[in-house]
Amino acid sequence: MSGFAKPLKIALGLIVIAGLIIVPMNFNRYGLFILSQWAVMSIAAMGLNLTLGYAGQVSLAQGAFVGIGAYAAAIMTTQGWPLPAAIVVAIVLSFAVGWVLGYPALRVQHHYLAFVTLAFSTLAFLVFRNESWLTGGIYGISNIPRPHIFGIATNKPLPFYYVCLGSLAIVSLAVWWLIRSPWGRAFMALRENPLRAQSLGVDTRRYTLMAFAIGSALGGIAGALYAPLTQYIDPVPFNLSLSLDLLMMVIVGGAGFYFGPFLGAMIAVLLPEWLRFTEGYYLMLYAVAVMLLLIWSPTGILGILDRYLAERRTKAASALRAVAKSRLETVQ
Amino acid sequence: MSAVLEVTGIKKNFGGISAVDGVSFDVREGEILGLIGPNGCGKSTLFNCILGQLTPSGGEVKLDGKLVTGLRPAELNKLGVSRTFQLLQVFPKLSVRENLILAGQEHQGSMASRLVGRSDAGLTEAANQMIGFFKLDHLADEPAGGLSYGQQKLLDAAMAFMGGPRLVLLDEPAGGVNPSMLSDLKDRLVAINREKNATFVVIEHNMEFVMSLCSRVMVMAEGKVLAMGRPDEVRKNPAVIEAYLGH
Repeated sequence: MSGFAKPLKIALGLIVIAGLIIVPMNFNRYGLFILSQWAVMSIAAMGLNLTLGYAGQVSLAQGAFVGIGAYAAAIMTTQGWPLPAAIVVAIVLSFAVGWVLGYPALRVQHHYLAFVTLAFSTLAFLVFRNESWLTGGIYGISNIPRPHIFGIATNKPLPFYYVCLGSLAIVSLAVWWLIRSPWGRAFMALRENPLRAQSLGVDTRRYTLMAFAIGSALGGIAGALYAPLTQYIDPVPFNLSLSLDLLMMVIVGGAGFYFGPFLGAMIAVLLPEWLRFTEGYYLMLYAVAVMLLLIWSPTGILGILDRYLAERRTKAASALRAVAKSRLETVQ
Repeated sequence: MSAVLEVTGIKKNFGGISAVDGVSFDVREGEILGLIGPNGCGKSTLFNCILGQLTPSGGEVKLDGKLVTGLRPAELNKLGVSRTFQLLQVFPKLSVRENLILAGQEHQGSMASRLVGRSDAGLTEAANQMIGFFKLDHLADEPAGGLSYGQQKLLDAAMAFMGGPRLVLLDEPAGGVNPSMLSDLKDRLVAINREKNATFVVIEHNMEFVMSLCSRVMVMAEGKVLAMGRPDEVRKNPAVIEAYLGH
């Protein structure tokens, strides 16, 4: 993204933010639901992007952490606790479980790590389904209340959309800070060359566990918003396919790019809706679109932009060299 | 002169093969010790055992008289021991400057302070100085993966110095580096050795480089120390000529 001038970037950002606040004001209930879902899934995908895209640790368990957050919020808010308290519990719980899930990553990597996290995903689903004393089992938990924020009720779709959007903004700022900090640099070192990182004093163990824990905590936040969004949860939405969906969002958007998860979640949540006019074919078209995109650019949507900007830089640099060379020749 | 590093009876077996077979030596404060020997004689394995990348099958390593055998590489690095690698080991997608900041950041403050503190850990100035020192100015913002082999070798060496190490183990720093860049590299190493009082151990096959840079040279063959002494002594040693230098 470094190829754009800074004022242009800021202007573009402000337009997008203003659009996200103003445009949905006259959306119907369903449109607002989809957009809220986009915001929630962006948060979860941002967490996975941290673990996978920046720190290079494969995880097929992000959906399970969304589930952990959702159940924590559902159980607590139906017992009368306020949502912010439930979000804190969701963060602490998924951070702790994510930390523990990080330990296998200290021994196994890549496909093997994918299988370890996949097994965890299945385990979490079974807990949601079978431990009905806590989770309501297959009947789930209904009548999940939406919160009052500063005395304002968010029962209606628009106010609750703003709750999701505001949460997305806070999480985005926090992640932006994190990846620009030395921690973000250490995460990338973990992905690019753990051996070299160790020899430079990077405590790869601790950073690996942190990458899992923080990424999972963001999944927990997403879940804690998902529960009041749908107001009813059961185990099905948190099975392995959610983890795979989130993985796809990260890959399609562009793993390791800051804006990747926003775009990836947009494609995963909105594209199927836009394709609905094709009726019976929309899921097939959606699948084909994803395949074509990844064949065209294996590094995702932002990979295309990144390549374009890199090419432009190279061209500019070689033009400069050509000018310098011709000057040198005239001097001689 | 006191010993910075004391290595006693280090052994490393891989299955039935004994890669390093009871190697003992001292590295004196402020010296540049050369380590030469035929391919496969155990030089790099010895480095990896000293640096905690491999667990030795026997023997001990002391840093400033303190036992450090079994410490992890990151812990040793924090104690002031740094290294370069035989094969290129930079972070290809990070810029040259980011590579150098990363190389120094874990020596600044605590883990928590690095999360809330400045994004460059206060190291931009130090990184720029190192970039200037290794004449990489025009490449500072380029991704390290786009540099030529020789430039990446220079960056690799520069990274090893970012944390202000007392002892640096360099594994074939001259391999694949062209002659003019090589003489630059040698000048830089000598300058850091004198000005920062850093101690070096250098594995190298380029004899001219080793003989002109090092105050002492250790020769290994088949996992054992064959000879140790001043470069001119080692060069004349019949056993060394037989095993490594050739007639």
